[in-house]
Amino acid sequence: MSALLQVRGLGRHYGQRIGCEDVSFDLHPGELLCIVGESGSGKSTLLNTVAAQQAPSAGSACYRQRSGGWLELGALGEADRRRLAREEWGFVTQNPRDGLRLNVSAGANVAERLMALGMRNYAQLRDIARGWLERVEIDPARIDDAPTSFSGGMQQRLQIARTLVTQPRLVFMDEPTAGLDVSVQARILDLLRRLVNELGLAAVMVTHDLAVARLLAARTLVMQGGRVVETGLTDQILDDPQHPYTQLLVSSVLTT
Amino acid sequence: MTADLMLELRDIGKSFELHHQHGARLDVLRGLDLRLHAGECVVLSGPSGAGKSTLLRVIYANYRLSFGAVHLRHAGRWLDLARATPHEVLEVRRHTLGYVSQFLRVIPRVPALDIVAEPLLQAGMGEGEARRRAGDLLHRLNVPERLWLLPPGTFSGGEQQRVNIARGLIVRRPILLLDEPTASLDAANRDVVAQLLAEARADGSAVLGIFHDEDMRDRVATRLFPMQALEAA
Repeated sequence: MSALLQVRGLGRHYGQRIGCEDVSFDLHPGELLCIVGESGSGKSTLLNTVAAQQAPSAGSACYRQRSGGWLELGALGEADRRRLAREEWGFVTQNPRDGLRLNVSAGANVAERLMALGMRNYAQLRDIARGWLERVEIDPARIDDAPTSFSGGMQQRLQIARTLVTQPRLVFMDEPTAGLDVSVQARILDLLRRLVNELGLAAVMVTHDLAVARLLAARTLVMQGGRVVETGLTDQILDDPQHPYTQLLVSSVLTT
Repeated sequence: MTADLMLELRDIGKSFELHHQHGARLDVLRGLDLRLHAGECVVLSGPSGAGKSTLLRVIYANYRLSFGAVHLRHAGRWLDLARATPHEVLEVRRHTLGYVSQFLRVIPRVPALDIVAEPLLQAGMGEGEARRRAGDLLHRLNVPERLWLLPPGTFSGGEQQRVNIARGLIVRRPILLLDEPTASLDAANRDVVAQLLAEARADGSAVLGIFHDEDMRDRVATRLFPMQALEAA
């Protein structure tokens, strides 16, 4: 059994309202899974519940740590949750301003997560930060600039560098390309695609964009009304959708 | 001596149910049996609408099978791809089952050389060797070297198709599915593809393909498999 993440019957309710319900999936190392669906379908609720940012109301999500032991994420204490977020996970938010520290320099944003792991050598931190800025196609000469002086696309690339610099085993991404111009999107998608391959990242990504799923994810979950209505290989779901809702989603995409 | 059986389709059927077209149901394949052996090249023949492309996509598990089984030999054992887990399907595609479509799916910003090298990287080869082999194959397919580092979005149809063939053939997989891979190629490049297929077969690959061009079909086919559109029920 080589899964990294095992989700079984997971649900999250807000009072009477269903956020997500009865979700099950496995995620293996090196695999990127997309969760697609329209606004309000429960995608982000599912992501946040799996990422232990909120407690499940039902079911379980288990994570296999670097040490090999399994952790039940719903029963996680605050200290363990912080340790995972620091040492083993990464989270990329839709709005980079939510994931970056805006009052410190670009270089400090990249270095901060390394410092949290105990790295203290200033010259070395600066070197790594410079290398990562280059990797995400930000001019390293901007290392001392504040992210507030960056464009939206640059900020998102900076957030990706900040998240991946610690080489997390598992990354959660919530609509990382939504709200960006298509040319900027293409650049970020290409970057993610490359980094996912190079680093062998395991990731769960929420998107409403089927083309993003096609490009990045071998497997996809389709959600509607808080439930998973279809799951499978991304190309199966896009080329031979079975569920009425998936057929509607796929047939609504404009092709150029 | 009989060659190894590589792929066996048993009584397969495929229907499409279109929920938003008043629940219309299209029956495309029904009761189809096919056996494919190592070293042979079976060409699907029949009119447009007979389900040839659908059959290839069903075998590749791109379309989900409605009935029957797709048995194939993978890593020394038999597997029913229609009932395999997604992870098994991906593993089979990485190592055993290749599929070359008619059109290249262009990825923004990714150069031709990397598109071709990618399946080798995914199969575990180092980057330098993978790119070297990708270059060799593009060279054989007469894709000029000045194009290798450009994304193929602006290439001609024939150039894109050759990049696509290179990507599809660069990993030597035991079973190859080809959907009109030579439709927009000139005679010289069709020759190259015919040679590549002959080499793959000599190496023991089993090939199942669609070739509308009769000359090409005659050159590569060891056997034809006739197909006909199903009668409307």
